[in-house]
Amino acid sequence: MAKQHVSTLINGEPAEFLCDTEQTLLDVLRDELLLTGTKEGCSSGDCGACSVIFDGQLVCACLVLAVEVEGRAVKTVEGLAHGDRLHPLQQRFLEAAALQCGFCTPGFLVAAKVLLDRNNNPTESEVRYWLAGNLCRCTGYDKIVRAVMDVAADIRRA
Amino acid sequence: MNAIQYEAPGSVEDAVALLAQANGEARVLAGGTDLLVQMRAGLVRPGLIVDVKKIFDMTLIAPDDGGFRIGAATCGERIGANNSLRAAWPGVVEAAKLIGSTQIQSRATIGGNLCNASPAADSVPAIIAAGGTCTVAGPDGRRDVAAGDIATGPGQTSLGKGEMVVDIRLPARPPRSGSAYLRFIPRTEMDIAVVGAGVCLSLDEGGVCTAARVTLGAVAPKVLVVEAAADALIGTPVDETALQALAAAASAACEPIDDIRGTVEFRTKVAGVLARRAAGIALERAGSN
Repeated sequence: MAKQHVSTLINGEPAEFLCDTEQTLLDVLRDELLLTGTKEGCSSGDCGACSVIFDGQLVCACLVLAVEVEGRAVKTVEGLAHGDRLHPLQQRFLEAAALQCGFCTPGFLVAAKVLLDRNNNPTESEVRYWLAGNLCRCTGYDKIVRAVMDVAADIRRA
Repeated sequence: MNAIQYEAPGSVEDAVALLAQANGEARVLAGGTDLLVQMRAGLVRPGLIVDVKKIFDMTLIAPDDGGFRIGAATCGERIGANNSLRAAWPGVVEAAKLIGSTQIQSRATIGGNLCNASPAADSVPAIIAAGGTCTVAGPDGRRDVAAGDIATGPGQTSLGKGEMVVDIRLPARPPRSGSAYLRFIPRTEMDIAVVGAGVCLSLDEGGVCTAARVTLGAVAPKVLVVEAAADALIGTPVDETALQALAAAASAACEPIDDIRGTVEFRTKVAGVLARRAAGIALERAGSN
């Protein structure tokens, strides 16, 4: 079976690629489309570093076959900022030092965006449970959780 | 290495035909949270993957003869968001919601949890306690199978070549009935059950238990239905004496393994504790409906 042709929307732009069935969305984002903001951590759905938004749902790109995105829409961390203007979560993560090595950060940003799009007034517990599938081995999570809570408060004030 | 064929048929009949005609190993892809990990680890290399998420019926939760029909490819998030299902069968919904992270909830399906046949699958003890049955479709048509008869051992199912689970059906909830599922993990989130316990019980108007099912996960090669534990409740007001007898029967039924997550001794004790607590929650729920 030859490589499969897939047409999809990535960050609002039409995209096409060729892939083998066993290639994951993560493989294609990074290796074919060169969108390397999405990170590969565990490749088994445990760490959340490859979190992307697939038709509005938060998923691990390592657990989606690339062929499954035919005709669908994917949003990655590259789609968060508007040109030079960072997404409020990105801005707050920077200001609040909610990252150290930064490897988990794209996954946290994408996961937190989906949460705040659905609920701009989460409790701390809700934030922690929502982000339980995103692992950070540097910060201990407190700064990340606080940054998400702060952005939620900003959204409510806006 | 041969390329893997990918198909995403729109009907159960087409899916079954593809599976039945496959030459090599064929796998159903629902949420993919087990299959993709197994492929990446080199444990399986199917010649054919049949993605069933384009089959409309298989991703729906619908009323069914007073109960519910849950498409096998329905993900945890959708199950958790269904208020009428949650009101009728809270034990099943809380079990499905325990599986994995937010990311996993968007993908992992109830049919996948059943057919992956892990002894520690969270939703399975809850489904069996609720009296769930499955529709299995295959080359010879459709048949009904009790949910407890799908898994036969770790990673093994009773499904024949070309067969797949289409839906899981939960009966109408009898009056004054409650269900609950509890699991033990060494942390608060994101882990695999060391022990899981599902309970469903019904009361008469005087508060005496008339029917019960008690199930245990992760303490045997497949989910255990502990009749002695259910018998300990039936005919009683589910008082302290009955709950103690239920806990003892649950512990006595365990045939667990020692592994990194728990010892035989620990699992055996915790099975009794969890079954008892789940029965307490089910009792409270039965009293309020």
